[in-house]
Amino acid sequence: MTDRLPGFSTLAVHAGAQPDPTTGARVTPIYQTTSFVFNDADHAASLFGLQAFGNIYTRIGNPTTAVLEERMAALEGGTAALAVASGHAAQVVVLQQLLMPGDEFIAARKLYGGSINQFTHAFKSFGWNVAWADPDDIGSFERAVTPRTKAIFIESIANPAGSITDIEAIAEVARKAGVPLIVDNTLATPYLIRPIDHGADIVVHSLTKFLGGHGNSLGGIIVDAGTFDWSKDNKYPMLNEPRPEYHGIRIQETFGNFAFAIACRVLGLRDLGPALSPFNAFMILTGIETLPLRMQKHCENAKAVAEFLAGHSAVASVNYAGLASDKYNRLARKYAPKGAGAVFTFSLRGGYDAGVSLVSNLKLFSHLANVGDTRSLVIHPASTTHSQLDDEAKVRSGAGPDVVRLSIGIEDKEDLIADLEQALVV
Amino acid sequence: MNHDAYDDNYIRSILNNVKSIAMVGASPVNVRPSYFAFKYLAQRGYDMIPVNPGHVGKSLLGKPFVASLRDIGRPVDMIDIFRSSSHIMPVVEEALTLSPPPKVIWMQLGARDDAAAAKAEAAGLKVVMNRCPKIEYGRLSSEISWMGVNSRTLSSKRAPIPTQGMRLSLNRMSVGGGATAASDRAAKNKSEPT
Ligand SMILES: Cc1ncc(COP(=O)(O)O)c(C=O)c1O
Repeated sequence: MTDRLPGFSTLAVHAGAQPDPTTGARVTPIYQTTSFVFNDADHAASLFGLQAFGNIYTRIGNPTTAVLEERMAALEGGTAALAVASGHAAQVVVLQQLLMPGDEFIAARKLYGGSINQFTHAFKSFGWNVAWADPDDIGSFERAVTPRTKAIFIESIANPAGSITDIEAIAEVARKAGVPLIVDNTLATPYLIRPIDHGADIVVHSLTKFLGGHGNSLGGIIVDAGTFDWSKDNKYPMLNEPRPEYHGIRIQETFGNFAFAIACRVLGLRDLGPALSPFNAFMILTGIETLPLRMQKHCENAKAVAEFLAGHSAVASVNYAGLASDKYNRLARKYAPKGAGAVFTFSLRGGYDAGVSLVSNLKLFSHLANVGDTRSLVIHPASTTHSQLDDEAKVRSGAGPDVVRLSIGIEDKEDLIADLEQALVV
Repeated sequence: MNHDAYDDNYIRSILNNVKSIAMVGASPVNVRPSYFAFKYLAQRGYDMIPVNPGHVGKSLLGKPFVASLRDIGRPVDMIDIFRSSSHIMPVVEEALTLSPPPKVIWMQLGARDDAAAAKAEAAGLKVVMNRCPKIEYGRLSSEISWMGVNSRTLSSKRAPIPTQGMRLSLNRMSVGGGATAASDRAAKNKSEPT
């Protein structure tokens, strides 16, 4: 038997899946069930005690969802993964394993607006304190480290402006601080960037975006790189101390290099409860099979649209890292050589009013609060996704009042350009 | 032998070929990792022998404890050592006095003793360090992927439904030659302090 390495597209179709043992069904069946019958009392006890592999209850694990988990772990180059109900749920579950009340984490300022809210307000009520740093100034991460810092959180390609983060430089800060680096890889997907190859210890995604890819299902995932030593300095009691709810099991000692994913499942998902529906897992899995093809088309179209906008007289500036003139082009060439993604912003000379009229004149682009759909999407972040931020924070996160965000779909690029052209001239 | 990242074929041939496994440091306490591994390997049809001088007179899942490898009194294919790294060498030395000697020395997840490994390899034994046979069996059979673990294998074949005592096929296509690149690199950096 030869051990040749299957490529990314082969993994996108096959990893985690095999014909159903019961029926022979080739496509992964939707196991739309809440619970699974035990063979006998001993089997039940060993499943509950984490001693045997197997299914108990869909809040803890489900065979359809498990295929999605293994596929994502394979695509990201991790040891294991855990799927949850949304990208936001993934973030809560990850940080619950790492922070105790009074602890801190450092987050890049340039993030999805919903994450900024979650970190600033929701997490504050758990006693988890966020310290903000500027991804364009690595020193700001170093300066934010304190003895209570437990993690660093960044986006690989940052929402909304599509800026590229220097993952390796921030991974080095995390390594020196002795804390894991968490990368939200939603806008890049592992097809464009694999953060683990650049030093990430944990990767999270909103599967709702390009991975599912068709705008039909919410989902989130946590991928464990298997790189972090949780026993060092006993900084992470959830992983390192005997767990009373599992008769004194120590998660790291028992599960080795996929301990973090198991902790997220048996201490996070089990107790907090944000389980993914098996139906959504199925929809997202089907989406992932065509991820490489879609991302190629998304990136090709995005570059063409960005070039068109950059040459248009009504446009003040375009932020797309795939443009040679862009501030982030050097990082894009290093981290995302296959393409700089398909979410970016531009600003209009006519300011806020021109943005509002552009959005209402578009006929093919849909005005909505999502990204990473087959369809092209448009939004005015300042009045929607980023509206809860104050003006200064809006500008800092790349969502100033004159800014319009596009998520470029997989339609014919000529049609997208024509739509923008007619909407801009009115 | 590269003990930082094993080729899947190496692990596969060990798990396919050994029939009896003596587990040194097996615990009757049902929350210890050794207990889980013992039970799983017995369920997958291995002839398991618990070795622990502290529990002689008791048995583990119906198998009586023996005090030492010499007390097994019959040939055994593999010694699975559930002891910390500093307690490995005497076990390997004892294993090498057995006649016939075992074919494989396996050191559990977290345990590694390169000198003991070299000694066993010089005597013609195969050695695996810092791995769990339960996890590796579950991974290569893909049974473990029920927990979202990356088995790093693919298969387009329909697999049978596992039953008690059943050996599973470990001959799936390997994705990475056995290595999870980033994780194995991190483990290597940890074992070589800079
Ligand atoms: C980069 C990024 N991370 C996380 C999220 C949150 O994901 P979800 O909506 O699936 O909870 C989003 C959603 O827009 C996002 O764009």
